[in-house]
Amino acid sequence: MKELSLFTGCLIPNRYPGIEKATKLALDRLDIKWSELKEAACCPAPGIYRSFDKITWLTLASRNLALAEEKGTDILTICNGCFSSLVDANNILKNDAALRSEVNSHLEKIGREYLGTIEVRHIIEFLYKDVGAEKIGRFIEKPLEIRAAVHYGCHLLKPTKDRKLGGAECPVFFDELVEATGATSVPYEGKTSCCGAGGGVRSAMLETSLRMTEYKLERIKKAVVDCIVDACPFCHLQYDGGQVELAKTGKTYNIPVVHYSQLLALALGATPQEAGLHLNEITYRGFEEKIASIQKTPAK
Amino acid sequence: MKNHDILTCLQCGTCHASCPSGRYTSLNIRKIVRDSVRRDISDEPELWMCTTCYNCQERCPRGIKVTDAVLTLRSEAVKKGMLLPAHRKVCRCLFETGYSIPIDDKHRLMRKKLGLGETVHKKAIKEVRTLLGSTKFNELIKI
Repeated sequence: MKELSLFTGCLIPNRYPGIEKATKLALDRLDIKWSELKEAACCPAPGIYRSFDKITWLTLASRNLALAEEKGTDILTICNGCFSSLVDANNILKNDAALRSEVNSHLEKIGREYLGTIEVRHIIEFLYKDVGAEKIGRFIEKPLEIRAAVHYGCHLLKPTKDRKLGGAECPVFFDELVEATGATSVPYEGKTSCCGAGGGVRSAMLETSLRMTEYKLERIKKAVVDCIVDACPFCHLQYDGGQVELAKTGKTYNIPVVHYSQLLALALGATPQEAGLHLNEITYRGFEEKIASIQKTPAK
Repeated sequence: MKNHDILTCLQCGTCHASCPSGRYTSLNIRKIVRDSVRRDISDEPELWMCTTCYNCQERCPRGIKVTDAVLTLRSEAVKKGMLLPAHRKVCRCLFETGYSIPIDDKHRLMRKKLGLGETVHKKAIKEVRTLLGSTKFNELIKI
């Protein structure tokens, strides 16, 4: 399998480094070759920069793409926002010579060039397509017998015409990867609904964004799960930090939130500490103890 | 906004019924689509209530790129100086650090404990600043 350049983005290294650690551990244990994308910068965030100025958004994205092109590797993202920006910019630039030339006129000033020679992957679709849920299952010695509420996140799935991962109303690929770890993906109402964070809404209108989060948390609570599993640090922040913010208004949920990389690392034998569970805004001792106790039982 | 696709809108309201933000806010995406072809709506606060979840675009029976239209309307608003202070702050972070969400002391310590490297790259910051100047984003946002 070809080496991949790991693109960590802003939120994971700077707010949830536990997800970065867990990703690296999981990739190593699955024997997937990766290296850091040195000198990478913000993807840049689609909800903000794409809204403001398309050329600036494309130019900054193309710089990150050019860094990976110089290494001759595809990019692996672990965030729906980074995936959305980089995969969309790559597709737009590959198919539009005029935009490509405009972007390159800016990149020239920093001595770089966008060529359109690499692909952008998201860890979920990469693991599903290139490794496969069945093969991941074969790596797991102690299945994590827990109940999980899977949250895909909007930009992993949509726009479906560009993502080419099937429909967005009732997707199954992420659930299959979650179940490969031994967990049960529990159905719940509003499963594909937005967490509320995107489009610059969280940064400018926190209260509005939290109402959407509350809608999700109420329904996840009814499904009685051990944790939420996401594939994006912005959704992760919205659920994890959002529960702290909602608690201030008297609404408590206490639902642990884990990124798929963390769930996978745990299933592959990493301790809750190694997978960075304690680095969430809220720590969930009960959940960590449950995982540790599963890990202590003899392998079947 | 000049967008020929939008003229095919039959005002069925599927977009608004699918909107997670419209459930709680004054954002009515059906009205945004209707009004955007009739007049300048750059100063409407509802433009910024969209999470860009793409439900409206996915479900539109006419195949109108509704979410993409919101992005275009927002960029037209930004050109007229309509920018929320919180969003300008995010842009300033990018200019100063290369990240929209920069590292702080608490998370620097977390990284150290996990054995993870530094996230500040001086060359990246310099290149990002050059590019933001080259595309005139600095002037647009008034960083």
